[in-house]
Amino acid sequence: MSAQDIDAGAALPKTPRDYLPLLLPVALALAALPFIPSSSTWVTLTIAGLAMGMMIFVMASGLTLIFGLMDVLNFGHGAFIAIGAYMATLVLIPLAGWMQADSVWLNLAAIVPAALFAIVVTGALGLAFERIVIMPVYGQHLKQILITMGGMIVAEQILYAFFGPQQIPLPLPTSLRGSFQFGEAAVEKYRVVAVLVGLAVFLAMLLILNRTKIGLLIRAGVENTEMVEALGYRITRLFVGVFMAGSALAGLGGVMWGLYREQVNAAMGAELMVLVFIVVIIGGLGSVTGCFIGALLVALATNYAGFLMPKAALITDILLMVVILLWRPRGLYPVTSR
Amino acid sequence: MSQLLTLSGVETHIGRYHILHGVELAVSEGKTTMLLGRNGAGKTTTLRTIMGLWRASNGEIRFAGVRIDTLGTPDIARAGIGYVPETMAVFSDLTVKENLVLAAREGAMDQTRLDWVFGFFPPLKKFWLSRAGTLSGGQKQMLSFARAFIEERKLLLIDEPTKGLAPAIIGALIDCLKEVKRRGATILLVEQNFRVAQEIGDTVSVMDNGRVVHSGTMAELARDDALQHRLLGLSLDTHQ
Repeated sequence: MSAQDIDAGAALPKTPRDYLPLLLPVALALAALPFIPSSSTWVTLTIAGLAMGMMIFVMASGLTLIFGLMDVLNFGHGAFIAIGAYMATLVLIPLAGWMQADSVWLNLAAIVPAALFAIVVTGALGLAFERIVIMPVYGQHLKQILITMGGMIVAEQILYAFFGPQQIPLPLPTSLRGSFQFGEAAVEKYRVVAVLVGLAVFLAMLLILNRTKIGLLIRAGVENTEMVEALGYRITRLFVGVFMAGSALAGLGGVMWGLYREQVNAAMGAELMVLVFIVVIIGGLGSVTGCFIGALLVALATNYAGFLMPKAALITDILLMVVILLWRPRGLYPVTSR
Repeated sequence: MSQLLTLSGVETHIGRYHILHGVELAVSEGKTTMLLGRNGAGKTTTLRTIMGLWRASNGEIRFAGVRIDTLGTPDIARAGIGYVPETMAVFSDLTVKENLVLAAREGAMDQTRLDWVFGFFPPLKKFWLSRAGTLSGGQKQMLSFARAFIEERKLLLIDEPTKGLAPAIIGALIDCLKEVKRRGATILLVEQNFRVAQEIGDTVSVMDNGRVVHSGTMAELARDDALQHRLLGLSLDTHQ
């Protein structure tokens, strides 16, 4: 019998497109609508949620790839968030005049180099962290947790030593201050920018993961690193590249978060790690799309709960994670079998 | 006939378990060598040790005269060894096309070779843009084979390709292996199905308890019921 005969009776397997998780943020936003007194408040809360979600996504997307591809539990990821924010202050404080100028171009001339500097420094530190701290503990989860937690504490103390214990102001540039007015709804300009930057990062990641050979290797490596090596690819180089990119994204996320809060402090990375881990777990280890949806869900739920039941806001994220994991125990879009 | 692959005194430990106890094996160039043995005899461990997926704790593995047991898996693959694991290990999240794009390490896929693969495995053409995770078990095995054949390899290590597959699919895989063999490929094939082994194999090595306990021609083993019974614990009839 030939393979042609085998094929004759075979039905075309439908590639199932799992759209349900994509609808969750929309469903959550619509479900919150009746409980919020005015539609303008709902719009403001929703945009704020989206902006917060995008910033968390930028911070968490690198971690999910590191988790998925390298099977590394990097509790030190938060250190790169804080370091990124501090690096931005190094550039922005001397350029305070440009930040306060009325010119969009001068504002950009300050913000863009600050973000790039943060990305480069955190990417380079990511390289050193992977080679020195992570490499000796590949495959040893308990040691990974201990050593990366230790790494984060050390990084935090170094930041205190260099920059002092006080919070450092990181004011928004003039052109990003204020709000856009949509009817009665006021939407802060910076939140719109955060949404656009987050979307750009998400689309760039999708493009790289789906349209380039490096992206294919990352996706394949997330699923089965051993087989990628058996095909002749040196996965360790990929590990280093992904770790650097993940750290750089954390750094960018730190800059965005610092500008959002208009201040930075050494503990901000550790504080955000809880949210980041919840997002990665909700999304499914290794899934960028899952991470994106998870970040939006967490941020929207936090914002709505903070408005409706401020006391309940503290447990909203945990509750959301429990509900999602009861529905899909491996997260929204699980990629790895781990 | 020169030996393309030789294993001398290869030992492998997995954690605290001692799996291979000094494997001696030779694979002749242009021939198909069957690696037979009961479950747990060490066949899969031998293939994985050759690929560097588990490190040999002792002994020496030479491929085309070069020692490879000190190399990493990617370098062993780049030396010209293709591997089809027992688990198929297709990348479920990637499409059939993307799986093959990755397997074509040297650049773009050669269309003639791709057409040749499609000739044996038409479902791969039909489901070209479907995610590999949606394929049936047999189709996944076809993809796993195609991944090994999409570029010329000097040696193919294939681990139990017919395990759990329908007879019709097994027939297609055998046809493909025969054609690959006719083209001069060297194959080291682990197989539990004696009929398949008999049909494809030129030479055979039988493993037991982490050692090679018999090496000879396939025809010789197929003729000798007593030898089969002694080595494999079953007569040929029970394999059919």
